[in-house]
Amino acid sequence: MKPTIVKRDLVVDTALDQCAAKLTPEQIEKVVNEVIDNETGGRLQTYVNTCIHCGLCAEACQWYLSHDKDVSYAPVTKVKDTIWVLLEKKGKVDGAFIKRCSEIAHTECNVCRRCGMYCPFGIDIAYMMLVVRRICAKLEMVPLYLQDTVHSHAATMNQMWVKPDEWIDTLQWQEEEGQGYVPSARLPLEKEGAEIMYSVIGPEPKFLAQLLGNITVIMKVAGLDWTMPATAGWDNSNMAMYSGDFEIMARVERLHHETAQRLKVKKIVMGECGHAFRGAEYDGPTWMGWMKPPIPIVHAISFYYDLIKSGRIKIAKKAEGPITVQDPCNVVRNAGLGTQLRYIMNAVCEEFVDVTPNGRHNYCCNAGGGVINVGPPWKKKRVQGNRVKAEQMKRTGAHTIVTPCHNCHSGIEDIVDYYKLGMHVKFFSDILIEAMEIPEHLKPKEE
Amino acid sequence: MYEFVSGPLVWIAFIVFIGGSLYRIYNMLSSSKKEKVVFPHMSLKHSVASLIHWTIPFNNQYMRQRPIFTIISFAFHICLIIAPIFLLAHVILWDESWNMSWLTIPDAVTDGMTIMVIIGCIFFLYRRLTDPVVQNVTDSSDYLLLAITALPFITGFIAYHQLFAYKAILIIHILAGEIMLIAIPFTRLSHMLFFVFTRAYFGSEQGHVKNSKDW
Repeated sequence: MKPTIVKRDLVVDTALDQCAAKLTPEQIEKVVNEVIDNETGGRLQTYVNTCIHCGLCAEACQWYLSHDKDVSYAPVTKVKDTIWVLLEKKGKVDGAFIKRCSEIAHTECNVCRRCGMYCPFGIDIAYMMLVVRRICAKLEMVPLYLQDTVHSHAATMNQMWVKPDEWIDTLQWQEEEGQGYVPSARLPLEKEGAEIMYSVIGPEPKFLAQLLGNITVIMKVAGLDWTMPATAGWDNSNMAMYSGDFEIMARVERLHHETAQRLKVKKIVMGECGHAFRGAEYDGPTWMGWMKPPIPIVHAISFYYDLIKSGRIKIAKKAEGPITVQDPCNVVRNAGLGTQLRYIMNAVCEEFVDVTPNGRHNYCCNAGGGVINVGPPWKKKRVQGNRVKAEQMKRTGAHTIVTPCHNCHSGIEDIVDYYKLGMHVKFFSDILIEAMEIPEHLKPKEE
Repeated sequence: MYEFVSGPLVWIAFIVFIGGSLYRIYNMLSSSKKEKVVFPHMSLKHSVASLIHWTIPFNNQYMRQRPIFTIISFAFHICLIIAPIFLLAHVILWDESWNMSWLTIPDAVTDGMTIMVIIGCIFFLYRRLTDPVVQNVTDSSDYLLLAITALPFITGFIAYHQLFAYKAILIIHILAGEIMLIAIPFTRLSHMLFFVFTRAYFGSEQGHVKNSKDW
């Protein structure tokens, strides 16, 4: 088979460049075969042996579509240039090859699973890319910024090096912010036996703290019994799941679930984040052999859906003008929340404009799957790799895009900026907090 | 020669085809057990749902986006399987050897189906040669598989119409059919066997585990 013609701008990633130079052939061969022999089975073999090389997966991928159908971005090419060779040569490859594997799997694939849905055989290409990431991670071939977040998870049990006192301090600050809307609102810490443990991802206390203020108000208005942990275990995000370091992924997921168990809550409600849901609901529990999370996990979309549908939260003033939405892959295509998302969007927007394609067929934001976390060196490629998203958003004519996922939020913001779309990007709770009715007795008293 | 290819070789071909297929499926299932997630994720309901959406033409969004590919690939696969099984001449052979027979399709129809298979092969060959994505993942094995698939139908067509060298073509036809049967379990033609399983697994994972759909 002829090698793929790959044209890329040179990207300097210190970790990949330096680690690749240190790799020895023996080390690579050992790790590749260890992963293939011990961690994969009939599934990978069947996928590789069944693929008839038809190329139908290409049209599914936003990378391929955005690069004017550049073959080197097609999902089947990504498989050809990584796992086919690793299997065929039984791991006898060099450091440069592993570096390219990491670039493909970590920086050019969002493991969004859209291509799996477009394969006539249902071959899960994202799964194969995760196997490649696993091999790369065991060879310490992970892009610098992504590896840094993994270190943060390992050292602090949160993604953003947030220190324990900073965490509590941020929560208390945001409790006060929430009290600006509803003076009696509380952000209860460590309340054992509460019905709900609310968990967020590391970036919320770090630079999106207003979301914590939002939830303080929403919980009070809905009259819910909730709590947040004051200890590590509050962070539900998990970049180790995407780097391929599944041992650390498991530590993070275990602590998150065990914190909920320690607080004796009935369920965990999580903020607007897709990958966190995937990790807590699926990847973590399956890796640890639990199969299902011990305490039910509720994503923000389902949570708001229940609150609005049951009337616990009433809408006083819908957001004006055309507003569209980004379906996060991990909670829509891969968790089936598309219908609920549309219900809540229609509930809070005067004019909700849907995207095409939508729901589980929507294009990935290109930031998910850890791709935004590979950091600034790879940002230009990531943003250029999703022109179709910019075109899709532009077609809606909306002034605001709601992204119920942190990765989508940052990714779409970058796209709006780069392609000069002039649109706002907001979380659902940002819209809800302005639209919802605050009952008279909860409102601040006029002085 | 004719006696050999239509006697012992047929036995060998069918034994290898059936035995090989069972072995490959057994092997796949037992090695899938190694991964603890595969079987617990399976669900009959979602497997069937996925298969229904992917074995009925235009029953999923992607097929509707590619009407020409969908029509040709469905016609190709249906004809490929139906024509040899229900061809009168083949059923007569079964009747003579084993005294068993079943429904047959008129020769004019199977003739048309044969042409459809050949058209399908030409279409797939054309895609391999012209579509850059397909080109990039094509090597000699892909052409070989296409040849293995096309040859029984091309020779069958020539033999049926007795265009030339009937006896020789008939021998080649039988041989080509046997090669194809033997190749199915041990090449990527095994998608004939594995299609159901990969589809069922992805359908189950999307439906049963992830509460979504895969069509």
